[in-house]
Amino acid sequence: MNNSDSTSRDSRSADNLSLLTNLISDKKETVVLCGNPNVGKSVFFNHFSGLYVDVSNFPGTTVSISKADYKEIEIIDTPGVYGVSGFNEEEKVARDIILKADKVINVVNALYLERDLFLTLQLIEMGKKVTVVLNFMDEIKRKGIKIDSAKLSNLLGVEVYETSAVNKQGFDQLDLAIASAATGQRNFDIKIMIQQTMHEAASEAEALLILEGDEDISKKNNTYPGSADKREKIYIERRNRVSEIVDAVEFEDSKKGELFNKIGRWSLQPLTGIPILAFILILLYFFIGDFISQRVVGFTETEIGVNLFEYHVKSFIADFSETTITVDIVDSNDEIISSKEFLFPDGMNSDENLKNEFKDFSSQNGSSTDFQFGNPIVRVFFGEFGVITMTVTYLIFLLLPLVMGFYFVMALLEDSGYLPRLATMLDRTLNKIGLNGKAVIPIMLGFGCITMANVTTRILGTNRERSIVTAILQFVIPCSAQLAVIAALLSGAGPMPLIIYVVTIFSVLVVLSTILNKSLPGESSPLLIDLPNINIPRFDNVLKKTAFRSWGFMQEAGAWFFVGALGVGILDITGLLFYIQEVLAPLTTKWLLLPKEASTAFVMGMVRRDFGAAGLFDMNMTIEQITVAIITITLFVPCIAAFVVMLKERGWKEGWAIWFGTWFTAFLIGGIVARIII
Amino acid sequence: MNTLVAERKIENFVNDSTGISNATLNNAKKGNFLTITQLPEGNIRSQLIRLGLLKGQNAECLERLPGGTIILQKHRQEIAIGSDLARQIDIYIH
Repeated sequence: MNNSDSTSRDSRSADNLSLLTNLISDKKETVVLCGNPNVGKSVFFNHFSGLYVDVSNFPGTTVSISKADYKEIEIIDTPGVYGVSGFNEEEKVARDIILKADKVINVVNALYLERDLFLTLQLIEMGKKVTVVLNFMDEIKRKGIKIDSAKLSNLLGVEVYETSAVNKQGFDQLDLAIASAATGQRNFDIKIMIQQTMHEAASEAEALLILEGDEDISKKNNTYPGSADKREKIYIERRNRVSEIVDAVEFEDSKKGELFNKIGRWSLQPLTGIPILAFILILLYFFIGDFISQRVVGFTETEIGVNLFEYHVKSFIADFSETTITVDIVDSNDEIISSKEFLFPDGMNSDENLKNEFKDFSSQNGSSTDFQFGNPIVRVFFGEFGVITMTVTYLIFLLLPLVMGFYFVMALLEDSGYLPRLATMLDRTLNKIGLNGKAVIPIMLGFGCITMANVTTRILGTNRERSIVTAILQFVIPCSAQLAVIAALLSGAGPMPLIIYVVTIFSVLVVLSTILNKSLPGESSPLLIDLPNINIPRFDNVLKKTAFRSWGFMQEAGAWFFVGALGVGILDITGLLFYIQEVLAPLTTKWLLLPKEASTAFVMGMVRRDFGAAGLFDMNMTIEQITVAIITITLFVPCIAAFVVMLKERGWKEGWAIWFGTWFTAFLIGGIVARIII
Repeated sequence: MNTLVAERKIENFVNDSTGISNATLNNAKKGNFLTITQLPEGNIRSQLIRLGLLKGQNAECLERLPGGTIILQKHRQEIAIGSDLARQIDIYIH
């Protein structure tokens, strides 16, 4: 009876799993790699697969599955799961592949035996042929923990091999591991229950899953799933068995990973956690605020984007199209030393002499060149907000380095085990505004790029939480591009404007989120997260995550930057942009008590938030006026790309409501502050 | 070493105490050894099960943060539970 599923499955379980036939060949022996998330499974798969991996989507899902040929065997990787219970898509995919497998290599993280052995016991009780690979043995030794793997093997009734995937120790035994897979020691009660259910099921494995209440497998066998009570009984029994086994095989010599454990503990308690957070934020400021957004972006955006890319694209277009070119030469103090205007009514190619003069003049040091195209269509694509020129510079030379910088830091914090602890420490505070601790992640990302943060709100548990965070992001969080300009405006102005700014923005945050929490229906999801050990992140993993997520973000949001730019371009050539500016002028001068030109800054702020703030540089404003202006600009609408991504994520109704809401709040609060301080 | 011994001590104690509650999880104090006796219904129940927090599971209250967020430890695994959820979990404090 024991090994019957490999022979019986072809004849009896056809329909549901027939989807799998193109994925798993029936002739070769199939060996499936499975384990909990983060057990180092992929290193093993790479060892077996070599160069040739076949990655495909599992039928009907978005979960991708890798398989490869190894000697006479077919090796299949599965998504990391805590159990084969069908709780989510990954588990269902893992379950279906495991059901079809001839042998299962169960990779176990030796550091988390208590967590991982649940799956191991479930596999053994399913009657599968199993070998256990105990990974991270190097870490175990480093932490002063001893695991008696011979005893573990005895208790489980299957072979146990020790490995450490980082330096490939024990990999020479993997062939043996595959060969020695066998059915293990099964819980007697569960075995009896399986026997009683066998007449309803295609295999012992399926019988167990039916007992555990798996609806898909029950439907497939035309029977009813076991009750929730029965599942819990089996689970508790299995859990207790895991505890027994862990107690019997694991010994701790000394206090393990002392310092890291302490840091983990400290970062949870506000008294010590807040200084730790402050320290991390200071480091973050130097890395992102100074290094990435000043030095790196300063180089990529101005030197590569504007002076190289845009200059060449625009001069190429100017060869054929009506253009007025203004070239300013600036010295090292940003003072204009000389300036020239070139007129090309029929394009530069029709006036070679003037063209050469322009080329000479604009190739001087410190030159900045402004192209005004006569043709409105040309303007839309290559002008100041050109779909091709500005968007490419913005996306690739400004946003990409920033987004990568942020994702890099997030991956570091995530892999070090800090992020879940930060979420835990802030949970109670965020509860007050209807969120749980996890909301800190999109909010932190918002200080980098609101568009990126809008996409990340997906990690939140309920629609209600996503709405609250999305609103907070668009209303009050200034993105890094905007922060840089605000910091420059405030520098040298003393602490007062900064204090007024922070207090005002923070008050709006509190009032806004309280109103949303009170008025939005439904309930928010509670905090429930696994806190991994604090450790030093693996650099290659962090880089991989950074690259993967940055690419994902560019795919997700990139196109919308072009759409946004096109929209603004159309507003520009139809004169609507000018019209909005005129409408805003009285509001700016009479209500906000700012110069008339500030309305231009607001309109520009709709396109790119830093444009808005940067527009304020050139105006002669008092410190009080600057304070009002940056408060208004911060509260004002998100940039066009953030807006479009928000519409896509949150729907038209909510998106527009937030957008108009920011207009109203920005001018209301800005005006009130103006009345008080000016 | 100490925690292991203590947990083993509870292990023997569980079988009699399963089903009897004397507190909810938000009442747990730092250093309490406890057994989970009742879980809330609904979606969150399966999430708790996945993390290994089942009826009958023993754990130690590792931290209780201001405001009532609870950190549970079972062996080396640490799990953070928001205070509202903790209020819905019945426990037996040993």
